[in-house]
Amino acid sequence: MNSSRSPIGDRLFFFGASGKGSGRMSDAAALSRPRTGAGWSRTWFLPLIGVGGLLALWALTSALFSPNLPSPLKTWEVSKPYLLNPFEKRGELDQGILRFTGYSLWLVAKGYGLALLIGIPIGLLLGLSPLFRSSFDPIIQILRPVSPLAWLPLGLVLFGKSAPAALFTIAICAMWPTVLNTALGVRSVPQDYLNVAKVLKLSRGKTLFKVLLPAALPYMFTGFRLSLGIAWLVIVAVEMLTGAPGVGGFLWQEYNSLIYEHIILCILTIGVVGYILDRAMYWVEVRLRAESAS
Amino acid sequence: MSYLELSGVRKSFGPAGARTEVLSGIDLGVERGEFVAIVGYSGSGKSTLINLIGGLLSPDAGRISLEGKPVSGPGHDRAVVFQNYSLLPWLTVRDNIALAVDQVFPGWTRQRREDHVQHHIDLVRLTEASRKRPHELSGGMRQRVALARALSMTPRVLLLDEPLGALDALTRAALQHEIERLWSEERQTVVLITNDVDEGLLLADRIIPLSRGPGAVLGPPVPVDLARPRDRKALNHDARFKAARAEIFRYLLGSGRKEPAREPAEVR
Repeated sequence: MNSSRSPIGDRLFFFGASGKGSGRMSDAAALSRPRTGAGWSRTWFLPLIGVGGLLALWALTSALFSPNLPSPLKTWEVSKPYLLNPFEKRGELDQGILRFTGYSLWLVAKGYGLALLIGIPIGLLLGLSPLFRSSFDPIIQILRPVSPLAWLPLGLVLFGKSAPAALFTIAICAMWPTVLNTALGVRSVPQDYLNVAKVLKLSRGKTLFKVLLPAALPYMFTGFRLSLGIAWLVIVAVEMLTGAPGVGGFLWQEYNSLIYEHIILCILTIGVVGYILDRAMYWVEVRLRAESAS
Repeated sequence: MSYLELSGVRKSFGPAGARTEVLSGIDLGVERGEFVAIVGYSGSGKSTLINLIGGLLSPDAGRISLEGKPVSGPGHDRAVVFQNYSLLPWLTVRDNIALAVDQVFPGWTRQRREDHVQHHIDLVRLTEASRKRPHELSGGMRQRVALARALSMTPRVLLLDEPLGALDALTRAALQHEIERLWSEERQTVVLITNDVDEGLLLADRIIPLSRGPGAVLGPPVPVDLARPRDRKALNHDARFKAARAEIFRYLLGSGRKEPAREPAEVR
């Protein structure tokens, strides 16, 4: 059920597992002294070494091999105004990093909302109707791996303007995990619950809203989380191609303006925001699972 | 004709060509207000039988009728308590019962439905736990909720499908007592499916053994003429109890090897 069909899914799962591992370590730390050091080093010291190593590699690369790559220090200095006044608006193309993040998040929210709005009903039909499943499953399997870069031009052809094309692209790329997990969720509803619905003679609508959807919700939320990850992944590509203001747009524009420091700033921002979004969704998901575990 | 009547009911499962007949010709009559227990081996088709009466399955042959009307599909006149509780885990005790009450009595006022729900929560002594979710309850408490939900439908027949099968011995004994108390208050018509002969003897007016499947049939019914309330401890020394117990075991142990005993259940 947690089978993440996207590369991000796998990566996120890895993060989840490592987080749990360190949690266990610090529990054990309370018991014996030598373990305390191990727990502390697992949670803080080793990750710091990782970060430090990467910074060193980055500094070396910029100093020795690639003079165009700004050094970590230079990156910090040039990025400082964007980070320290994150909401400032100095001009259309010159705004604080969190202001740009806000634009991106708003576009993602709209595209993601659309993805859920389309994806949930398709998932329900796919899970509930064998006829629909036979008819549409093959085409879904073919459309699912198509890159956002391929959908955007089609969106532009369809809608003629970049704003709706951007929404279309985010929605169509992000909806697949929701579709598949919703379908899996309604198919995995225990027969016991369906028997209750039958014995009580619940109508189709009541069965859907009172039994099927609540029972499938934990599965669906796994889909929602993976979908959000994809939506955030797609937003950068979409902004770069359409020139919409946001982190991705800013990244492309700064590349064209030869301010390479800001490319790195944007990459880090995208990573951190994506991580926070995933953790937030994961938090809700875990609570839902605990809630529905009987 | 009996209140609840099954005649010549057959049911098979499996794909065409490889079908196994689970029940081969079930004849059963249950009177109004009677408590009938059907005992048999695991996998002999007991649950299939209850699902047929409950309308979750339909028979391949034969008739099932309640009050002279043929049974086709589930109905509010037959409430089922399943072995695995079948409570909806996202609903509280109260909401699980209210789901049934709202569905069965849509014409009642809101107040009347709420009172009805409360009455049944109190009836199974879960007043304190009414706001809890199933996973916060013990197995015995969950099954009491399932029982309250079934009773709240005020069905004509209560179908109990090994309701105590998943419980430990002590909880089981407590709930047997509870079921007997509820039954003597309401005089509900009950069909209890169980694999525990003593449970049947403790609760039922009549015990009917189900032969070992496949192709299970009902054996001769054994009336249980023991005064109520029945005391578990005293029962063990009662001659009639011992005789009835021996009779059931004789049938169950002798049945179903090759040639299941063919006497049909007596239709009263």
